Amino acid sequence: MSGRSLALRSGHSRRRDRFDLVMRGVLLLAVLLAVVPLASILVVVVTNGLGAMSWEFLTTTQPLSFRQEGGGFLHGLVGTAMMLGIAILIAVPLGIAAAVFLTEYPEHRLTRPVRFFTDVMTGVPSIFVGLFVYAALVREAGLGFGTLPGGVALSILMLPIVVRSAEEILRLVPADLRSASTAMGARRWQTTLFVVIPAAASGLVTGVMLAVARGAGETAPLILTAFGTPYLVSALTGEPQTALPLLIFEGARLPFPAAQARAWAGALELMALVLVLTLLARWIGGRNRYGR
Amino acid sequence: MTLQAGERTGIELTIQIRPTDDTDVRQGAPMPKPGEEADAVFELRDMSVHYGAFRAVRDLSLTVRRNRITALIGPSGCGKSTVLRSLNRMNDLVPGARVEGTVLYDGQDIYAPDVDAVEVRRRIGMVFQKPNPFPKSIYDNVAFGPRLNGFRGDLDGLVEEALRRAALWDDVKDKLRQNALSLSGGQQQRLCIARAIAVEPDVILMDEPASALDPIATLRIEELMRELKENYTIVIVTHNMQQAARASDETAFLTMGDDRAGYLVEMAPTEQLFTRPASQLTEDYITGRFG
Repeated sequence: MSGRSLALRSGHSRRRDRFDLVMRGVLLLAVLLAVVPLASILVVVVTNGLGAMSWEFLTTTQPLSFRQEGGGFLHGLVGTAMMLGIAILIAVPLGIAAAVFLTEYPEHRLTRPVRFFTDVMTGVPSIFVGLFVYAALVREAGLGFGTLPGGVALSILMLPIVVRSAEEILRLVPADLRSASTAMGARRWQTTLFVVIPAAASGLVTGVMLAVARGAGETAPLILTAFGTPYLVSALTGEPQTALPLLIFEGARLPFPAAQARAWAGALELMALVLVLTLLARWIGGRNRYGR
Repeated sequence: MTLQAGERTGIELTIQIRPTDDTDVRQGAPMPKPGEEADAVFELRDMSVHYGAFRAVRDLSLTVRRNRITALIGPSGCGKSTVLRSLNRMNDLVPGARVEGTVLYDGQDIYAPDVDAVEVRRRIGMVFQKPNPFPKSIYDNVAFGPRLNGFRGDLDGLVEEALRRAALWDDVKDKLRQNALSLSGGQQQRLCIARAIAVEPDVILMDEPASALDPIATLRIEELMRELKENYTIVIVTHNMQQAARASDETAFLTMGDDRAGYLVEMAPTEQLFTRPASQLTEDYITGRFG
């Protein structure tokens, strides 16, 4: 019986151990550095926001004088909900349709341009989107500031996110399923509608939710389209609208403690909203993906 | 019947004296009487298949007869699956695929320009190598085809009948609403067979239907094939020579030429091919000296 020693820490393996230890330390440090800002944002928003958060905050609009204490951001919540609703109605069907086009008709000559412009759209600064909608809808179409232009601006920002995430999800649907459906005598649109989209449904919902969460936090595209208002507005056009991020921006810039406190509470409300949407997306996406 | 008849079919069409029945897609000549040669379901004449510049199958001529199980055997890459997939125009989905020569189904050229490939696939069902049920309920899997065709009537009865014929009914009758993916591999494959049967096809093509299954599930599939041939014509591609020998009536042996294109070496009744092959190539293959 001869052979090399199996004893631990023999020979130059000690050097490997040291290297391993150092690298672990470096990686751990990198993780901590990445988590610190995230965690501190959470802590700061929660500690500052909770102080001003109340039932009153959630259910009333702000006082007309920024100096005055009390009141809340109900108008912002309603505005955010309405504009997100419009943005979902536009971006989701359009985005999923585009993704279906990209995955199910890859041989089409428009596929490359569509994918290219989707990528370009992802990188467009959001203030440009606001400017574009301002020029096109607020000025040119004569709609003025309001809910509808704000919703359209958000939809333009959400669209590429929906397209890209839906494309990834649709691509995950096994080719076997498409073959099975085709061999049953399904036409391509029938395969897409009755097999591919149902199989991808939960993943599609997740992608949509992430786009919605992104849209909920956007401020810049709303400045020139919704414009902002201290009132509760339910009209689609004709009156300026506001949203939670706009109100936070406004309140945080003012020197008055009452306005700043409301901005903190608004930040907490917005963060909670996005968290709820994200968790909802996880929950829906986690269910019955085509596994067992 | 919207298939356009080719020129060669004039005679066959004149002897179709049965009135058109919408629910029965099987047409053509009647069942063969004992001692009489069964009529041809498929007639391939000098069929070649290209994928782009690559010729996968060359000058293949063979006949598939009604209510028989025809096995295609041969070494990997000899084009068995390609041949199978050109029988229901599944190769249309492969970019650059091209079929030359003639593929007659019931006397009609399925590659004629006015033939609707979708209509062809509704008559000629297919079962794949890997069980591929839809991620839907067992019931919805079987009902998929009939629903596509706008089936009006007793869908429950149809689903039950298809599951019975696929020898799956007793396994699943209490859980029709469960996801099909919860079934075992062998059950999933029988579900795929039931799904194919539910549209009342004329022919069922099977592309190595048991290669992903354990031996017991494999035997059940083979048993099922023998039951199904009463009503259907079956063409099966298999890697497994024992399977071809056990389950099929006729066997076609394909191999690959020096140009890597697959071609037909010989086709004969299964017993004859396995006991008295005409070609040395066949003998080498079935005795395990090659492939």
